[in-house]
Amino acid sequence: MTKQFHRTAVLAIATASFFSLPAHAALRIVACEPEWAALSQELAGDKADIYSATTAMQDPHHIQARPSLIAAVRNADLLTCTGAELETGWLPVLLRQSGNTKVQPGQPGYFEAASFVTKLEIPTRLDRADGDVHAAGNPHIQTDPHNIAKVADALGQRLAQLDPANAATYKARLQDFQTRWKAAQARWEKEAAPLRGARIVVQHKAYPYLENWLGLNQVATLEPKPGVEPTSSHLSEVLNQLQTQPARFIVRSAYNDNRGAEWLSQHAHIPVVVVPFSVGGSERAKDLFGMFDDTIAQLLKGLQ
Amino acid sequence: MYKHHHHACRSAIILAALGLSPIPALAADSADLQQIRQEIDTLRQGYEKRINELETRLQNAEATANKAEQAAQNAPANSAPSTPAAGGNAFNPEIGMVLSGSYSNFKRNPDGYRITGFAPGGDIGPGSRGFSLGESEVNFSANVDQLFYGNLTLSVGADDKIHAEEAFIQTTAMPAGFRLKAGRFFSGIGYINGQHAHAWDFADSPLVYQAFLGGQYAQEGIQASWVAPTRMFVELGSEMGRGKEFPGADSQRNKPGSQAVFAHVGDDIGVSQSWRAGLSWLRHTPQNRSQTDTNLANTNVTDSFTGTSNIVGADFVWKWAPNGNGERQNLKLQGEFYRRMEKGQLVYDTANANTQGDYRTAQSGWYVQSVYQFIPNWRVGARYERLNSGTVDYGSNALVLGDERFRPSKTSLMVDWNPSEFSRIRLQVAQDKSRRDLKDQQVTLQYQMSLGAHGAHSY
Repeated sequence: MTKQFHRTAVLAIATASFFSLPAHAALRIVACEPEWAALSQELAGDKADIYSATTAMQDPHHIQARPSLIAAVRNADLLTCTGAELETGWLPVLLRQSGNTKVQPGQPGYFEAASFVTKLEIPTRLDRADGDVHAAGNPHIQTDPHNIAKVADALGQRLAQLDPANAATYKARLQDFQTRWKAAQARWEKEAAPLRGARIVVQHKAYPYLENWLGLNQVATLEPKPGVEPTSSHLSEVLNQLQTQPARFIVRSAYNDNRGAEWLSQHAHIPVVVVPFSVGGSERAKDLFGMFDDTIAQLLKGLQ
Repeated sequence: MYKHHHHACRSAIILAALGLSPIPALAADSADLQQIRQEIDTLRQGYEKRINELETRLQNAEATANKAEQAAQNAPANSAPSTPAAGGNAFNPEIGMVLSGSYSNFKRNPDGYRITGFAPGGDIGPGSRGFSLGESEVNFSANVDQLFYGNLTLSVGADDKIHAEEAFIQTTAMPAGFRLKAGRFFSGIGYINGQHAHAWDFADSPLVYQAFLGGQYAQEGIQASWVAPTRMFVELGSEMGRGKEFPGADSQRNKPGSQAVFAHVGDDIGVSQSWRAGLSWLRHTPQNRSQTDTNLANTNVTDSFTGTSNIVGADFVWKWAPNGNGERQNLKLQGEFYRRMEKGQLVYDTANANTQGDYRTAQSGWYVQSVYQFIPNWRVGARYERLNSGTVDYGSNALVLGDERFRPSKTSLMVDWNPSEFSRIRLQVAQDKSRRDLKDQQVTLQYQMSLGAHGAHSY
């Protein structure tokens, strides 16, 4: 019987090797969120094979640790994730089940974008009664282009470290990206000037970096607590608050359910602004530049 | 990029200055206000001057720092929150708890529960009537060092005893997708066998798990697993263990009493669907496995089985969520099928008659279930399951033991409310026809809450 067991195992391994990946020289990057896939694309070009574990239509807090993701992490040379506990509900499973030592925390193959920027909203009190709080601070760092620039520097260096043969390419691409990014940022800041000081309502506390960058003034959230679905009683409270202290518009991300925002929009007579939040979150958000182009354009529309 | 930073700093400093200035908001007369304004202005001018100086110094420093940055590429730019707590507790493992309890109303007394046609073993049955503590557990886990990870789960069972549900170590640094696990752990066979009970979608384990695996099978031994370097998920695993729990029996042999092999494949279909399918084989060689059988005179007797027990199984799970975003709606469909073949010698009525005869069985069972989240936080589910007692050949003991020939079945419906990912309240109703002539209606109201560090759930 034991012999039979061994035979089965050998057969199974032989079968599995049929599905094997072709030998690949390119750096295999698995990005936890589309913005880091896009940034990796900017910096690595055709030197990397890039796979995004999530799309902009998904909530990065809640992702199933799907078999396809385990396989992707198994084969990765580099994981580019946000960190700051954003992926805490699924990434640890992928890391453990993939058996890939190269991309474990602490290894060069594990890149946490949030550790390269100054985080906002670091809680002074950690209690789940406060909802989905992140001990390390708010993880939605991608909504401020300054953060993207900082992460780009760190990621460019990491790429060169992992793939020294192409270090010159990564360096050149990083420089080129930073030049274009700086110019774009100046343009966005100029365009977004009318938004300074605008009072806004947000669905989830997803935009402190955006607010900080553009000088938006968040006065209420649709979620009673971070990560808790909007309730009708809380929405009524927000509506009451808006009657005495009005806001210009409501901001939600592409993946958010629209009902809470629509309800408040109808009752408070202010528009809903849907921001792409990540690359792929709207038609225009095809890359990082498009993501900010569209974000600014949508926010400006909210002022009209 | 630094410019922006300074604006933020400046506003912060001004705000801080405002906060520190004693402003009696309502009573202040205009002279006071004027004075305060001047004070703030002076403060601001002072700070702005100093910030401007700092900015210049920073720009100078930046040039030199750029070189250093190239070398120190791995150091995170911002290390503010990454100062770990000092002291003896700094390396304490992560601690998580699951609290669970239930109220059950059963039409039939669950005492002496036995699935007709199946030799009982392990922890089976619908649970106890009335209020009871469910599987409440404490979990500790951490990396041991650069090579190993450790995990301990202690649970309080219905019998009020603390039980090591899992206690294992696992390698973290083996090359090429290999991992080794040792200790006590839920076997990798099947789909829900590897999950803790609080991750199940129904309050109880499927009948086929109860009939063949004693509820859930924990291996005490070693497991080797390997994830293939393929685009599609392919995982192979093999286990060896002591095999002291049902369907095995404890023995004083050096040879492992239990072996298992499993294979999993899985992938996505577009962005909205994903699936996993598996095949399993679990083999035991029990010696003197004690089991309670009902003889032809309708009396319960204790028999003893020695031989081999082979269980083969197939499982699948398919999940759907629009755009892969399960927040609002998602659907899960899963099923498992098992066939068990046992062959060897059965000693009938070890206490009295003690007669040995050939014993050979071939039995099977399956369940399918689906859970649908129709609005945020609310899910409904249905499960249908069926067993087939198949053939039971008692050899020469056929004079005293008869083949019971029965096809037990059970239908369960549940609805649960999940106010957050950490809490769940579930109502389950079931029509249980697993005992001949004892159709049971079961209603269970259950809570399951997790506190502290809570490991992410596997697929």
